[in-house]
Amino acid sequence: MRDIAVRYGFLVLFAALVAYFASTADGFVSPQSAVFIFQSVAITGILALGVTATLVVGGFDLSIGSVATSAMMAAAYVMVVLDQNALVAVLVCLAIGVLIGLINGFLIVYMRVPDLLATLGMMFLLLGLQRIPTEGRSIAAGMTMPDGSVAPGKFSAAFLALGRHRFDFFAPNLVPVSVVVLVVLAVAIWFFLEYTRFGRMMYAVGSNERAAELAGAPVKAYKIWAYVISGIFASIGGILLAARLGRGDIASGNNLLLDAVAAALIGFAVLGASKPNAFGTAVGALFVGVLLQGLTMMNAPYYTQDFVKGAVLVVALVFTFALSTRAKR
Amino acid sequence: MAAEAVFRIADLKKSFGPIQVLGGVSLDLHPGEVTVLMGANGAGKSTLVKVISGVHSRDGGAMTLGAADFAPKTPAEAIRAGVVTVHQNINDGVVAALDVGTNLTLDRLSGKGQPLLFNPRRVQREARAVAERMGLDIDLSASIGDLTLADRQMVAIARAMAHEPKVLILDEPTSSLSSAEANRLFALVDRLKSHGVAILYISHRMSDIRRLADRIVSLRDGQIVGTFDKKPLDYEGAVNAMLGRKVHQSAFAANVGGKTIFTADNLVIAEDAKPISLSLGDGEIVAITGLVGVGKTALAETLFGLRSPLGGSMTLNGRGYNPRTPTEAINAGAFLVAKDRSESGIVGAFNIYENMSLPFLKRISAFGVLRRRAERAIARRQIGELGIVCRSEKDEMSTLSGGNQQKVMVARWMAQPSSLFMLDEPFQGVDIAARRDIAAKLRASAAGRATLIFVTEIDEAVETADRILVMSEHTVVGEHKNERLDMDRLLAEVAGQTARGAA
Repeated sequence: MRDIAVRYGFLVLFAALVAYFASTADGFVSPQSAVFIFQSVAITGILALGVTATLVVGGFDLSIGSVATSAMMAAAYVMVVLDQNALVAVLVCLAIGVLIGLINGFLIVYMRVPDLLATLGMMFLLLGLQRIPTEGRSIAAGMTMPDGSVAPGKFSAAFLALGRHRFDFFAPNLVPVSVVVLVVLAVAIWFFLEYTRFGRMMYAVGSNERAAELAGAPVKAYKIWAYVISGIFASIGGILLAARLGRGDIASGNNLLLDAVAAALIGFAVLGASKPNAFGTAVGALFVGVLLQGLTMMNAPYYTQDFVKGAVLVVALVFTFALSTRAKR
Repeated sequence: MAAEAVFRIADLKKSFGPIQVLGGVSLDLHPGEVTVLMGANGAGKSTLVKVISGVHSRDGGAMTLGAADFAPKTPAEAIRAGVVTVHQNINDGVVAALDVGTNLTLDRLSGKGQPLLFNPRRVQREARAVAERMGLDIDLSASIGDLTLADRQMVAIARAMAHEPKVLILDEPTSSLSSAEANRLFALVDRLKSHGVAILYISHRMSDIRRLADRIVSLRDGQIVGTFDKKPLDYEGAVNAMLGRKVHQSAFAANVGGKTIFTADNLVIAEDAKPISLSLGDGEIVAITGLVGVGKTALAETLFGLRSPLGGSMTLNGRGYNPRTPTEAINAGAFLVAKDRSESGIVGAFNIYENMSLPFLKRISAFGVLRRRAERAIARRQIGELGIVCRSEKDEMSTLSGGNQQKVMVARWMAQPSSLFMLDEPFQGVDIAARRDIAAKLRASAAGRATLIFVTEIDEAVETADRILVMSEHTVVGEHKNERLDMDRLLAEVAGQTARGAA
């Protein structure tokens, strides 16, 4: 009984929440509303899936939010200032994600800096670094450069389509690119973690590093890979953010880190996993999205949002650590 | 030596729950004398030390210090009364963030009547006094982190001695020291002895014991089973008493190994250790035995690629074998069931079949994707083969008994054929039935590989192996066929008396 409660409790809560909003908020049950929820959580969800990979190997990545905003600024800089096309911008962003993941992994594995501290340092460093090329200004087409000239380029149409194009699905022009990317990445990382030997070994590294090493796993490589995955996912989030905003806004993305980490931690409670898992992370992100969308439709003020997210996180953590038998070891 | 005992323990008892750890220990310590306490793992040594040092309370019996009753409720109380303990883990004794001077006077920082403010100059002055009395030649402003282990230990002991204790307990103080460092410690012990301190010295190292002991006391299963104080000391008798002479002769005919599978030639696994040469044959089970800390695990780790030998060479299946990582060792066909399963074997988040498949995921996946059906089939087969008691292969490891957990660890590595199968302390924390099952399985499946088990308990070796090698001081000192075993010679070798035993 208790097992069932722990296993399905969170999903039941999720279903009840949906049912409640469906009955009280007009228009909650509609393709548009569903898509809006998905869209609202797409970027945090992608970041959360990335941080899940680092949680699986027993680490943590606090730099994801600033990797995402750095990627966003880089994309804007490449297109607006350097006047390059969309493909170059995307590749530069992905390269940034890989590079930062490698640096994080190197600091943690070879320099033995504790994961939280290494990625906290990286977060700080990136927050500063992304402002240096433009001397602290946001990047938009036609902006004035520090030397007085006008930036030559603009966001390319192809790039903006990443944020604005919608695919026909059920209804015409319904599903935005970001939601498709979220779903594809969620399925990919879920399959990777659950069904490949690499994912299995990453869980082993996270649970008992010494045992994994003695079983012949290259533990260091697995750990570094986890941070690279996290960096790539965060930079993809940053690309979508830049495409959605259409500018490189130094003030955006403040909440990304906390929201993403919350989603990943809420994911621990889903299906009584008591461990980081991709399915749980996706559900966790959606749960927050549904709750905020429902509350917004019921006219709850915007400033209650963080409170609600925090409350959900605390409840989920209680599910994970107090009620689960697995956690008691 | 005839001096009156300064510290007496009489009929000391201690239980944890239903398990009695100390069943009436009586022990006298005399001033100016080093009493060595020997005991195998789980004999109750640490419990005894903890009761004396005030960490645990006693359940029964009495302790007297001088003429007064001694019943410390906290470690601080024991120290104030004059019974000082230096614990095994050196870094527990010093604070790495502080300098030597502060460490030497650390215990004066708290307690009643101490000044509120920290006065560095007063601390340095007091520290200098402490250091001078002990003849400690270390820069007082140096950071502990920059000192060698031996120096850190000297600091811990010097601080302990600042209380001018009547009784000093040293719990395996040389376990992480080199022999040169150990010599400095011995000089210090001699010095304390001449000051009339009664010393209880706990150690497994025969070289230490030979160097220091005035008297040896053997502890087994929570009871003193032998006291040896007649010169020359009967080291062999002490080891014998400590291990217990309940060893039975083997119930099977010892196999002679077939074609050679593994050889080690002049392998050196520790500095200043004599080289090891050995050869293992097909179908043969060889046990390596010896006291704790003689290098059994170091040898296992060398053979499994976890550490590189300081010299010598190895061959496996006739080819040169020089693994740099466990991965290379596994690929070459050398498997190790590591000791201490909860630390280095079991993945807590995984169930039985996931634990079993861990080293061989590559062999049961196609293009990186696990074939879960095959994985579970292998696990079910292994559960049947080793008689693991569980509901299904999906059970969590935490639901299994210690013996069954160990069977899973053995099953993990037996799921694939190996050339060299090593098990380090495979019977630790395993009940007798599971131990028999594992040993029987090892013997039944021995053909086609060489099997090497590392055990401290001699009877485990006798029960399982065809051949028994004895290790002492990081080298192999004796070899026995497990038939009509010369137990006296074997025990003498365990006790480190090779010269007399072999010559």
